[in-house]
Amino acid sequence: MSIKLKERLAEGFVWGAALLTVAILVLIVGYILVQGLGKLSLSFFLENPRRMGSEGGILSPLIGTIFFTLLTMSLATPVGVGAAIYLTEFTREGPLVRVIRFFTDALAGIPSIVIGLFGFAFFVVLLRPLTGGWSILTGSLTAFCMILPTIVRVSEEALHSIPQSFREGSLALGVSKWDTVIHVVLPSAFPGILTASLLGVGRVIGETAALLLTLGGSLLVPKSVFSPARTLSMHLYLVAMETGEFSVAFATAAVLVLVILLLNLAGYYLLRRLMARVGGA
Amino acid sequence: MSLPVKERFYPKLLMLCALTSILVVVLVGFFVFLQGYPLLAKKGFFSFLFGMNWLPGEGTFGILPMVAGTLAVTFGSLLIGVPLGVTTAIFLAEYAPKTIAFWTRRSVELLAGIPSVVYGLFGMTIIVPAVRFAAVNWFGDLLSPEMKTGFGIVAASLVLAIMILPTIVNISEDALRAVPHEYKEGSYALGVPRWQTIFYNQLPAARAGITAGIVLGMGRAIGETMAILMVAGNAPALPRSIFSPVRTLSGNIGLEMAYASGDHAQALFATGVVLFLVIMLLNGFALLVAGKGVRAR
Repeated sequence: MSIKLKERLAEGFVWGAALLTVAILVLIVGYILVQGLGKLSLSFFLENPRRMGSEGGILSPLIGTIFFTLLTMSLATPVGVGAAIYLTEFTREGPLVRVIRFFTDALAGIPSIVIGLFGFAFFVVLLRPLTGGWSILTGSLTAFCMILPTIVRVSEEALHSIPQSFREGSLALGVSKWDTVIHVVLPSAFPGILTASLLGVGRVIGETAALLLTLGGSLLVPKSVFSPARTLSMHLYLVAMETGEFSVAFATAAVLVLVILLLNLAGYYLLRRLMARVGGA
Repeated sequence: MSLPVKERFYPKLLMLCALTSILVVVLVGFFVFLQGYPLLAKKGFFSFLFGMNWLPGEGTFGILPMVAGTLAVTFGSLLIGVPLGVTTAIFLAEYAPKTIAFWTRRSVELLAGIPSVVYGLFGMTIIVPAVRFAAVNWFGDLLSPEMKTGFGIVAASLVLAIMILPTIVNISEDALRAVPHEYKEGSYALGVPRWQTIFYNQLPAARAGITAGIVLGMGRAIGETMAILMVAGNAPALPRSIFSPVRTLSGNIGLEMAYASGDHAQALFATGVVLFLVIMLLNGFALLVAGKGVRAR
């Protein structure tokens, strides 16, 4: 075989693989939307599930998802962004930072079902008086553990993308270290940090395994953070596995896919803003 | 001159935030071990790990079938996911025109964002029927009835292969891009054509990073629960063919934790201990040994 032919074949092969990867995505998203969009209507969003979810709408899982996501993000964003600020602005590379990075990466790798077991033993059983057992609070504390690494890592990248000259300019004017971080670095990195939160939201909405053990799975509309609830992802799983009513499952999946698409678009737009702000890299 | 309070106090607060990850990992390990230990002590770690039978009703807890099931679907998914993922990474790093690379990367990102239950639903309604068709029509004479349902190793491997693609593509592309330019230029200067340069120069130079990507993908495959529950068939028996229904370690916990109590619940925590150890070993390997310089961009 001539070298030229080999090169051609290799190039075709590589293009083929990339095409297949994209085709898989299009196939999955397209299939879910085609199967699910037809079932979506206003009443699907405004009715509570009936008969284990095989009939009716998705109102209570939708409210559960919103409460649960808001609570999780309001716990995870401050801690995650705080950790990222500490790692980028207040330390030099050293043993402590390496250990923190290692554990952050390790946490990202722990399977969600194992975090779920921990959440069950710790938040549901041991801290029952505080968390109310299976509840939105318990689920949020568990999900907090899972998305912390995502938020730390993406926020760190956003902070790293801020040019050193921004900080030096501020310090040279006599502004203190803390004020420089708060009034110069953070505002510049804000779009990137928002992207980090959006990625976190995406993960929280998609998460299911850990929540099976901690959120309670109730079909009722949650009254407070101490009520059990279920999210749309859990609802999809439970409906598909327990009732076999695939039309509800597909409609729920279509809602999830649409939300993920929107988050993805918003995250991309914000990253563009960040790049425009720091002069494009 | 002493610093104002905020200059001294707030950074300490931020340090606490940064230490949270360490605290969480330690707590997770501690509590899962604490709950799983009594059963492991009673039955013995090795008779638990290599026990052939999982019969919670009779107090018999052996997870060898789940270990085998996990290994089978993990290697199946790597068999499909690694060639596809690494080749896509080569495309992104070496071949793709700018705009096409951009859209491909966005697609891979989106693939990573799709919830695992959605993959499960796709698997249940598209991949499982396809596998069932193949099993019944092409291998019908060879297989026993439980292997003709479509639920099993093949379906689970296919779904998992798609789910680990983003991990493998992203980390492999980073690794390929981190190879110093001089390597490629040197090779080109010697008149070596593009593909040979990639194959004999770029890929070996990026070996460590690509290995890290594959190992992290493996970790994702082992830890995945929901999609697997929906397509693997979940029978706690040793697989006898690639069409056999299997249960994985993570699936075992997800399936039974809802109603388990006593020894049974402890056995599920002990399953979690095994999972935790395996993942820590794999990720430790990926981050420390194979992944040197992977994250340095």
